[in-house]
Amino acid sequence: MLELIDTYWLYFLVGQYPAGPLGGLVLTVLLSGAALVLAMPLGLMLGIARVSPYRLLRWPTGVVVQLVRALPLLLVLFWVYFFLPALTGVKTSQASTMLIVLVLFDSVYLAEIVAAGIRALPKGQFESARSLGLSYPQALRLVVLPQTLRSGLPSIVNQLVSTIKATSLGYIIGLSEVSFIATQINTLVFTHAVEVYLVLALTYFILCFGLSRLAFLLERRLQRRAMAAS
Amino acid sequence: MQFFDPTILQSGQYHDWLVQGLILSLQLTGISFALALPFGALVAVMRTSTSAPLRALGATIVEGIRNVPLLAHLLFWYFAFPELLPEAARELLYANNAEAVCAVIALTLYSGVHMAEDIRSGIRAVPATQLEAARSLGLGRAASVRLVLLPQALRAATPPLLSQTVNLWKDSSVATVIGAAEMMYQVARVETDSFRSVEAFTFATLAYLTVSLLIALAAHLYGRRYPVRTA
Amino acid sequence: MIHLDKVNKFYGDYHALVDISEQVAKNEVLVVCGPSGSGKSTLIRTLNRLEDIDSGRIAIDGRDIHAKGVDVNLLRAGIGFVFQSFNLFPHLTALENCMLAPVQLKRASRQEARAQAMQLLEQVGLAHKHDAYPNALSGGQQQRVAIARALAMRPPIMLFDEPTSALDPEMVGEVLGVMRSLAQQGMTMVCVTHEMGFARDVADRIWFMAEGKILEKATPEEFFTRPQHRRAQQFLADRRRD
Repeated sequence: MLELIDTYWLYFLVGQYPAGPLGGLVLTVLLSGAALVLAMPLGLMLGIARVSPYRLLRWPTGVVVQLVRALPLLLVLFWVYFFLPALTGVKTSQASTMLIVLVLFDSVYLAEIVAAGIRALPKGQFESARSLGLSYPQALRLVVLPQTLRSGLPSIVNQLVSTIKATSLGYIIGLSEVSFIATQINTLVFTHAVEVYLVLALTYFILCFGLSRLAFLLERRLQRRAMAAS
Repeated sequence: MQFFDPTILQSGQYHDWLVQGLILSLQLTGISFALALPFGALVAVMRTSTSAPLRALGATIVEGIRNVPLLAHLLFWYFAFPELLPEAARELLYANNAEAVCAVIALTLYSGVHMAEDIRSGIRAVPATQLEAARSLGLGRAASVRLVLLPQALRAATPPLLSQTVNLWKDSSVATVIGAAEMMYQVARVETDSFRSVEAFTFATLAYLTVSLLIALAAHLYGRRYPVRTA
Repeated sequence: MIHLDKVNKFYGDYHALVDISEQVAKNEVLVVCGPSGSGKSTLIRTLNRLEDIDSGRIAIDGRDIHAKGVDVNLLRAGIGFVFQSFNLFPHLTALENCMLAPVQLKRASRQEARAQAMQLLEQVGLAHKHDAYPNALSGGQQQRVAIARALAMRPPIMLFDEPTSALDPEMVGEVLGVMRSLAQQGMTMVCVTHEMGFARDVADRIWFMAEGKILEKATPEEFFTRPQHRRAQQFLADRRRD
C-alpha cells in the first residue's frame, strides 16, 4: 500500500499537471470551491425571491427550484455536456461543463438555505427595521441577510461537502477528477484494487468529514451565542 | 432527419432499451429502499442506544459511508470487493448480474445511512417519557423500541424519509458508472448508436421528473393526513 | 396630533377594532390598557402601519397615513416604535443599533449619528455599554437601548407596545424610569401597558379597551378612583387582587 502511495501520490493529487490539464484531488477541491463561490450570488437572489412578498417572484423561482431538485445531477450533466456545444457552437471542456452544472445545483440548494434562514428569523427583526423607516431592500440588506448568512454558515459548509461529492460524477464524462484518477491507477496496477479504492475512500472521508466537523462546530458556536442572548 | 422524433420512443429497439433501463432503475430503487430502511432503522437505534460502544459504532458507520461519494462506493463494490471474496463466491457474483448486485449494495448502504439520520431525528422527536411508560408497563428494551418508539419515530421521520427516497431514485442513475444497464446507461447507449440524443434524454427527464414528483406528492399528502401531533 | 376616525379592522370574521374615533394631542401621554385580546396592540400597530385598517381614517398631523401613495418608510421614520420583545439587531453593537437608521436614511453623517447615539445611550444610562452586543445585555438594558434606537430618528411621537411585559420584575423599573423622563420632556407618547403605577403617575389620559372598543377614557385620577364602565371596574378589581 505504501509503495502504491509512494509511486502515485502526485498523479493522485494533480493528475497529469503540468504535462496535461489539472486533475486529481486538487481539481476536485478547486472545482467545488469555485462552484460554491460562483453560486453564492445567484443562490442569494433566488433565496430572496423565494420568500418575496410578490407572487410573481415567488412562484417561478419555486418551480425552478423544485424542477432542479427533482432531476438527477447526472442527467443535467449529460444534457449540458451533449447539448451545450451544439447550442453555443463552442466546445466546452469537461471541467467547464462540470462547473456549470455544479453552479446550477449549488445555487438552487443555497437558495433553499437562504430562504429557510430568512423564514427562521423572528418576525420582530424585520418589523423593527421597517419601524425605523428602513425600506424593504434596506431591511433585507442591513438586518435580515447579515443574520441569515451567519446562521446559515453551517449549512453552507455542508453544501460544500455535497459539492465535493458531486464532482465525482465528472468521472462519467471523462473529467480527470480524483475518482477517475483512482480508476486509472487501478488499471495500471491492476492487482491492488482494494488498496486503491480504500485510499480513495479515505481521501474523501478526511476531506468531507473534516469539513462537516467544522460545520458542526460552527453550529455549536452559533447556538451558544443564541443561548447567551436569551 | 427531424429534430425531435417521438416515434422512436413509442416502439422499436430504442424504445425497448429505454424501457428496460427504466425498469432496472425502478428495480434498483425499490430493492435498495427495502433493504436500506431496516438497515437505517438499525443504525439509528444504535446511535441512540444507551451503550456507548454501540453509539460509537453507529456513528462510525454513518460518517464512514456518508462522507464518501456514491460513485466511489460503486467503484469499490464493483472493482475492489470481489477481490476480497473467495473464488467460488466471486464466480457466483459475476454469473449473476454483478453490476446490479454491487449497485444495490452501494445504494443500500449509502441511502441507508441517510435514512438512519432521518430516523434518528424522528426518534429524538419522540418524548423520552414514551419509552419510560413502555418500560413501566414491563416491556423489555427491545420490545419498547419496536412497539412504542420506532412506530412514532417513523411517523415523524416520514417526510424526510420520502425526500430521501427521491434522492435514492435520482442516485440510481450513478450506477451507470459500473455498467448497470439502468436508464442513464441506456440513454447513453441510444445516443452512441443513433445520435438521437434529444428524444432519449427527454424520455429520461420525464421519467425522473414523474417519479420524483409522485413521491413528493405522496409526502405532501402524508403530511396532510398525518399531521405531526404532539401528546 | 393623531386623529382616529371610525377606524375598523377585521381579521377574517373577527372584528378586532370597532369604530374607533379618538384623538391624541401633542405632548400628551396616553396609556392604553385592557385585558388580553382587547385590541390594544392592534390599535397601536395601525398607527405606524405595521397593521392595515379596513375602514376609517387615521391622520397624523392632518395627513391620512393609510392613504394610497403615502411613503410608508418616511412615515415610520417619523414615529418611534418600541416592541415588547425589544428586537435589537444582534449582529450590531448597542451604538451601531442606534446609528443604523439615521445613517442609512441620510438623516446624519456617521460622526453626527455616532455623537447623537452616544448622547441618547447616555440619556438611558447605558453609555458605558455602547460597544456591547445585545446578547451581552440584560432584558432591561436591551429595552433601554431599543428606546434610544427609536429616539435616534428624533421622532415627534413615540409608541410603546407593552415595553415591560417581557422583562423580569426587577428590570421593569429601569425602563419605566426612561419612559417617565421622556414624558417629562414633553414627548407625545402612546403606551400599551399593564403597569398601572406608571399609568397613574405619568399618563395624561387612559383609554380602557375591551373587545376592540374603547370602553372608557378618563384621566388617571378619574379612572382609578371612579371607573364608570363595568368592565373597567372588573379589570381594576382583578389588578388590585394581584
